[in-house]
Amino acid sequence: MPESIVCLEEVDVHLGDASILQNINLSIEAGEFIVILGPNGAGKTTLLKVLLGLVQPTSGRVQVLGASPRRGQREIGYIPQHRDMDAEFGLRGRDLVAFGLDGHRWGIGLPSRSRREKIDRALKEVDALELAEAPFEQLSGGEQKRLLIAQALLTDPHLLLLDEPLADLDLAYQKETVALMDKVCRTRGVTVLLVSHDINPLLQATDRVLFIAHGHAAIGAPDEVITSATLTQLYRSPVEVVHTLGRYFVVGAEI
Amino acid sequence: MFEIFSYPFIQNAFLAGSVVAVVAAVLGYFLVVRGLSFAGHALSTIGFAGAAGAVLVGVPPVYGLMTFTVIASLAISLLGRDIRERDIATGVIMILALGFGVLFLSLYHGYAERAYSILFGTVVGISRSDVLLTALSGLGVLACLAAISRPLLFSSFDPELAETRGVPVTFLGGFFLVLVAITISITTQVVGILLIFALLIGPPATALRLLHQPMQVISLAVILGLAYTWLGILLGANSSWPVSFFITAFSFGVYLPVRLLSKRGLKRVEIAFGSERHA
Repeated sequence: MPESIVCLEEVDVHLGDASILQNINLSIEAGEFIVILGPNGAGKTTLLKVLLGLVQPTSGRVQVLGASPRRGQREIGYIPQHRDMDAEFGLRGRDLVAFGLDGHRWGIGLPSRSRREKIDRALKEVDALELAEAPFEQLSGGEQKRLLIAQALLTDPHLLLLDEPLADLDLAYQKETVALMDKVCRTRGVTVLLVSHDINPLLQATDRVLFIAHGHAAIGAPDEVITSATLTQLYRSPVEVVHTLGRYFVVGAEI
Repeated sequence: MFEIFSYPFIQNAFLAGSVVAVVAAVLGYFLVVRGLSFAGHALSTIGFAGAAGAVLVGVPPVYGLMTFTVIASLAISLLGRDIRERDIATGVIMILALGFGVLFLSLYHGYAERAYSILFGTVVGISRSDVLLTALSGLGVLACLAAISRPLLFSSFDPELAETRGVPVTFLGGFFLVLVAITISITTQVVGILLIFALLIGPPATALRLLHQPMQVISLAVILGLAYTWLGILLGANSSWPVSFFITAFSFGVYLPVRLLSKRGLKRVEIAFGSERHA
């Protein structure tokens, strides 16, 4: 029996008075590439935060990598949603990646050869060696994303959580990022949970889809979940799915 | 011009000024990258009320400064976690403190000179024991800052990501503001409360325009801060104009051209004037 990396049983999550997720049951196995879909505010980011130990479920049982979620878990890599940064940080690509290695440790963090080599290796894996010395704020969205992925890989995670990594990226960068994530998932055997608004650019990499709407979730292969019947049930209103030319088009609902 | 160095009060001014310039520049880097410039300004204004209160009850101003700014820094970090909320909370606390400052001043019937020196600094009125106190607290602040610098920078860059990695983000934010409060309290003697920005924000803001590596930015900020302070004291001692005027003039006089001429500044000007060129 394959090892379960993430396991949720009858999980309810409230934020303040609002019920965000209701009765979520799912089990994700090692090495799977899962895409989390759903409309804005459906609770996709909240689910990631539950797995990271940042949000406590109101009831139910959550197991991540065989234990209850907790902060500071080095086996989980996290790439948060992109934000426009107003502040200037004076950080190079290399400095950002270094956060993944020892950003949580006290002290100044003196440079050393082994530190440099580890960072270089992570940069190389995401094909971003040439960005090492560049000022982070001046890089494009796709380049920043690659550095953030390198940052997340430095701890050798077993589980990678990405919150809308494709948002704000143009098509070429989307393709590149998906290919990179696919490579990381297959060669390292890392389990990937990726939040997106569009399944189409991710189809070739996706094992299963987790669709969240109105607090409920459905999980399964794309052609099982992204169907008129399943989505109509989740959205509680008529939704039509057109599957043609190898792409999914959802009519009557916002993803 | 340099014979002034034989006077003890000039020596004291240089020593205290140097300590303050270094501490303010290092701390200022984190203040700028955390987007806390306004909180820095507010804390110094709040310090004014504390200093005025101390003068009123007859204790050295630095005690009032420390008390008011430390309490206010804790209040600011507790009240506003979100940036917009924080600015409002900061503003409200600042105005309340200013009100108290006015009250304390009106109740005080001594020399207006005392209030004036709190506002604008009295770098040439510093005693040897002041220098020692400044140096010790400065070293303390730098040591604390060194201990938290890496997780502090991480949590400034992305608080959520830092939190997932086990960084105590909220604690660090509060602790950092307390360090700012202490620094402002000791800096006041040199440039005064109203002009503290010149050393706290000016040098790191200028350095951030020129360099892109934290250690280099901080080093350049320290060099700039020291240069402004030394030149300011030198010119102030040789003229009838106040030292704090020279320090602020240098701080602004260097920041402005750097801001306009640095790559990012130029890009912004190009956009503003509709140039076709793209970087």
